[in-house]
Amino acid sequence: MPSATLLGQSLLSGIFIGGLYALLGLGLSLSWGYLKLINLAHFALAFLGAYLVFQLAGVAGLPIVAAVFIVVPAFFVLGVAMQMLFARFAVGEFASLLVSFGMAIIVEAAIQWFWTADLRKFQFELGTTSLQLGTLFVPVIEALMFLVAVTLSLGTWAFLRFTPVGKALRASAENPDIAAAFGVDHHRLALLLSGTAAAFAGVAGAFIAMSYTLSPSQMFAWMGVVFAVVILGGLGNPLGVLAAGLVIGVSESLTMAVTAPTWAPLVSFTILILVLVLKPDRI
Amino acid sequence: MRSSKRRLSEGFFAAARGFTVALAFGAFALSVSVPAEAAPSGAPIRVGGTMALTGPLAATGFVHKLAGEIFVEQINKGAGMLGRPVEWVLLDDQSRPDLTRTLYDRFATGVDLVIGPYATGSILSAMAVAERQGKLLIHNTMGIPKLAKYDMQFPLYQFGYNAEQTFPTKLFEGLAASGAPIKTIAIVTSKFPSVHFLSVGAREVAKQRGLNELLYLEFEFGNRDFGAIAARVRDANPDFLWMGGIGLESNMLLDAMKKLNFTPKNHFHLYPAPAPLALAPEGQGALSMTLFEPHPPFSKNPGATEFMKLYRERAEKAKLPYPDADMQAALGYAQWQVLHAAVTATKSLNDKVLATWLRANRVNTVLGPMRFNGQGNYGDDLSAVKQVQNGKWVTVWPRQSAAPGVKLMMP
Repeated sequence: MPSATLLGQSLLSGIFIGGLYALLGLGLSLSWGYLKLINLAHFALAFLGAYLVFQLAGVAGLPIVAAVFIVVPAFFVLGVAMQMLFARFAVGEFASLLVSFGMAIIVEAAIQWFWTADLRKFQFELGTTSLQLGTLFVPVIEALMFLVAVTLSLGTWAFLRFTPVGKALRASAENPDIAAAFGVDHHRLALLLSGTAAAFAGVAGAFIAMSYTLSPSQMFAWMGVVFAVVILGGLGNPLGVLAAGLVIGVSESLTMAVTAPTWAPLVSFTILILVLVLKPDRI
Repeated sequence: MRSSKRRLSEGFFAAARGFTVALAFGAFALSVSVPAEAAPSGAPIRVGGTMALTGPLAATGFVHKLAGEIFVEQINKGAGMLGRPVEWVLLDDQSRPDLTRTLYDRFATGVDLVIGPYATGSILSAMAVAERQGKLLIHNTMGIPKLAKYDMQFPLYQFGYNAEQTFPTKLFEGLAASGAPIKTIAIVTSKFPSVHFLSVGAREVAKQRGLNELLYLEFEFGNRDFGAIAARVRDANPDFLWMGGIGLESNMLLDAMKKLNFTPKNHFHLYPAPAPLALAPEGQGALSMTLFEPHPPFSKNPGATEFMKLYRERAEKAKLPYPDADMQAALGYAQWQVLHAAVTATKSLNDKVLATWLRANRVNTVLGPMRFNGQGNYGDDLSAVKQVQNGKWVTVWPRQSAAPGVKLMMP
């Protein structure tokens, strides 16, 4: 029987990894839900962001916050540029899957060309510092990552729900023609949304750089589980993505704590299948 | 009568083998160490092979590529192979065994010889094609010896045909000799086939040696979150942790344990990425398996000093974080040494002739002298135990392989 400490620690671990799933899934969910683009390049952007933060903070010696403040706005611009390309060539939902996969491969090759395929680790003291709460340890960076994931998810939800721009985005996603008749400029909103999604990828990348050892092909290891999070959470639903990230993260972690860790992916994908069977309207 | 005849013939063959070994050493030494009399000329000898240049195994694949390129350049600056230049027709298998198979099929024409890829899965794919085409296959990182059934395959990863028993035994003997009070063990292993194979063996050996197994966990290759596994290891608090990990997994587990303010008392890592583990503070004292490290006695092997120097130059130029020539680099280089020795000694590019010669002769490599006449074409067990000491990997066991003045360090 696992101890209470083990269960508590595993629960914390699951919550934190769930936060990262949500961070990675947020931008993907927005572009899929509102722009009808299944943007696989989102993972490549996150890892490019991670490598850039590693380069700026780990190699060039900039403060981490400064590195993040360079990378995130730059990614917003990159996201806008990507959307302009998608719009220019009228890339549809399923074509976007192929096009963005190609873009991911190109970014992976560029990362490998510049940083080589060798593993890179951003070593800094805070990266492995933990706070002790009774018998439990709370890793500082992972806790911060979770807080950022919660803040961004809540903020995005509130933005979409309560601001005129958010309402326009939702209207445009639901019925572009009628929204346009009411003066909603879908093109400009799409640029804003794509930029925001890419900026979220930059934020996720910063935390990946701070928490993980980097290698170019690692980006593909996250695709399956983050797709599961996005589908489970509902397309374009920031709070759903956060909740789904937590459900999958915690279920994986608790499974690893009480049974064989090899069962972890099985449990999380079983949850996904059950939800899709019982609530097929999620996509 | 019969037995005396057999003794006579055995004596004759032993003498002949000795003579051939001397010839092989001589041929190899002449071709590599001594400046060439004439530059290679004529059509190049084309040697086809694939490498994991992209994909999850690319970090190590690149090390093999560098090492192979060094050898080919050395040979082409010297006398070449049979007086002809060597061209390495290298294709990227993207770390995918299925693609490796397709690419080796392409080598049915257009190349004179083939050479093995990196990693067990791809080697097995290449081996199936080589067998179908009747090609010689020298390979260097086959992690499950018993799966290599083709008679014209020659393994350089000489860690024993029964490595799943012999290597863990060697490791536990080293730990016992160091005086480590190890009574309990936790085994955490990836299900990556070559890793799982050795971890299961280690589990059996630990049982036979009377160690109390506190924890045995398997995780999927590609696992991203080691928090819960780290918590379970901390709860078990074993005297010794066997981490059957590959690539980054060891670092990820140690990172996760550090966040729980826990450091295992003694820890072994099967196939870690060498740089991150050696350079991370929590990697201090980590044990692993090796066949070559850049220090004596390995550096005394013929050609090793020059190879280590050249590799370091290239690795630094390529901005590799761990530029020392380690086991992977040496395996990448030695693979070519064996091919070259066979071609030079037989003056042939015929696969069957080369295979026959390799089975009958020892070849001197940077890893040491190698033979291929045992079960599955395996020879002597050259494996050793290495440890991170002061940010560097050094060999610590067995004593004859240990770096001068270095001992297995206990906490």
